[in-house]
Amino acid sequence: MSLQLRNVIKTYREPDGNILTVLDIESFQIGPAEQVVLVGASGGGKTSLLNVISGISMPDQGSVSVGGTEITRLPEVARDRFRAERIGFVFQTFNLLPAFSALENVLLGMSFSGKRVDAKRARDLLERVGLGHRTSHRPPQLSVGEQQRVAVARALANRPSLLLADEPTANVDVRNQDVILDLIREACAESKVALLMVTHSTDVAARFQRVDRLETFNRAGATR
Amino acid sequence: MNLFAIAGKSIRQRLLSSSLTAFSVSLGVMLMVAVLVIYGIMDRVFNQQAVGYQLIVGPKGSDMQLVLNTIYRVGAPLQNLPYLYFEELKKDPRIGVAIPVCLGDTTQQGGFPIVGTTEDYFSHEYAPGREFLIRGEPFTRSFDAIIGSQVYHTNGWDLGTEFRLVHGGAESHVHDEKFTVAGVLAPTGTPNDKTVFIHLNGFYAISGHDAPLKEAVKRWHEFSGQPTTDAALDAAVADWRKKCGITDVDEDEKHEEKGAAPAPAPHHHHHKACDVQKEVTAILVNMKGDSMTAAAMFSGEMKRGHKVQAVNPIIPMQRLMSDILGNVRTVLVVLTGLIIVVSGVGIFVSIYNSMSDRRKEIAIMRALGAQRRTVFAIILAESILLCFGGGIFGILLGHGLVFSAAPIVQQQTGILISPFAFEPIELVLLPALIALASIVGVVPGLAAYRTDVARALAD
Repeated sequence: MSLQLRNVIKTYREPDGNILTVLDIESFQIGPAEQVVLVGASGGGKTSLLNVISGISMPDQGSVSVGGTEITRLPEVARDRFRAERIGFVFQTFNLLPAFSALENVLLGMSFSGKRVDAKRARDLLERVGLGHRTSHRPPQLSVGEQQRVAVARALANRPSLLLADEPTANVDVRNQDVILDLIREACAESKVALLMVTHSTDVAARFQRVDRLETFNRAGATR
Repeated sequence: MNLFAIAGKSIRQRLLSSSLTAFSVSLGVMLMVAVLVIYGIMDRVFNQQAVGYQLIVGPKGSDMQLVLNTIYRVGAPLQNLPYLYFEELKKDPRIGVAIPVCLGDTTQQGGFPIVGTTEDYFSHEYAPGREFLIRGEPFTRSFDAIIGSQVYHTNGWDLGTEFRLVHGGAESHVHDEKFTVAGVLAPTGTPNDKTVFIHLNGFYAISGHDAPLKEAVKRWHEFSGQPTTDAALDAAVADWRKKCGITDVDEDEKHEEKGAAPAPAPHHHHHKACDVQKEVTAILVNMKGDSMTAAAMFSGEMKRGHKVQAVNPIIPMQRLMSDILGNVRTVLVVLTGLIIVVSGVGIFVSIYNSMSDRRKEIAIMRALGAQRRTVFAIILAESILLCFGGGIFGILLGHGLVFSAAPIVQQQTGILISPFAFEPIELVLLPALIALASIVGVVPGLAAYRTDVARALAD
């Protein structure tokens, strides 16, 4: 399995002191190179789920395994390293660093993995996403569609086994939505990377074979 | 990409505020460098390397006053020594070099100190390994003068220029005798540059520079421990008159000149000064073989007497450096150090204030797999880059300041400053700045370390 969640519970303490359960998942899994789209209502815990899967947040209980490694058992330093090496992240707001060029943004992801920084691969990836001619441009000099393509290249830089995409087309125009979506799907297919994409768009969801509704397996949503 | 490259990008992102904070460090470092370099130069000016003599022999009194007056031509001279004592000293088998100097007068134009001395002064190194270079010729005639480079520049005097002296610094009494510039010294970076040297014979030939015979004989007898009874003095005076060929008329003329207004002198007139009437302000001495032990023993021997002291010039000057100038340097170093610390606090404030804007940036790095210690190190590297960059620029500015000020200082004070002067202690500055940067970078670094990634990404 590329991803396996078991008995995951994630809670937050609200400002008034009440405990809010955002995730209560008995089981959720994604097969190798499988592409899954996850739909759900706003505030339904989609981003929390991605944070738990990527190891950015720790669940209160339960286990999360990525590519056979149970990241919930790893200490934080190892979890960070694992995330850098094995999990790619594409954000809704691109989250490129504005001071760095497109190429440097891709290289930055490589730097944190502890592996040798492979500038040729970074250039190839930018070429692959159609930005071979804009490698030295900084994010403010790129269109939103181009920025998201840089983010895709960055997410694939370390040859991850799992790509997490959080509403990757929400902030781009309609024409670029298709381009970005095709790019992510094709790139994942080429590299045999499992994909979990969160979206609230039914149009986007309609293009995937497997569409999971978060409410169907997240019991926290039913209790809120 | 290494940490410093990432930190450098962040600095470029906030170029104006980063530059200003780094520049504030530069200013502090610039001042510190200037203080260190200038103090280093002062130290060299006032140490053994600046003085080519082992001992200054002069009358009893303040050793510092003797050295300041004889070597640096600052302040008033102590009492004088009899010239006959100089003659005796020269014959001492332990003495290698003995050069008389007579001070007290100044030039009418510019107020430069006059030093009456012999040609030996210029044939001897003025500092170890450094010899005088004279354009023109050394003393050949009694009324020849050799001027320092600063006198040449300030007064515009050159070979052949004639000038008069003011007696004992009193502007109202200008000596009649005219001296002629026969030589110009190349810059030495010592007080010699702002000095006018006149031939010792010319100095004694000036009216008022020799005591009345009887008084001079009495003083010599007192100094040398000979009988001072009236009979003994009268006999000695008669003896000296005979020896020097002095008539009563000569003595009367001299006293008339002292009382009456001096008539304009159409040419140089020489007084028949007898050796017993001559005095020297101090004697510059080197022992045979430049033996420091012999110098110390001689100095100790002089301490036991009542009339003369022999001072190693380095000792009072080191006292001056450590007691007064050393404290001034300490104060300046502390003040400039505080300026640098304040600049460091500026860097802290600048980085810390930027942290709220950069939480997202840090969270992105963490989401990409950067460890907590990595983002901490990036902030620390940023602080170090700002301090180090500011420090390097400050060192360049400091040396630029010294470079620009060197000719002005030399012109004003005669102190030769190498524009490229470098103090080894400057090497401590950069590690100290890195330490300061590490301290001020800790708090913002910790803020980065503790960033809540999920929350910052959601924001």
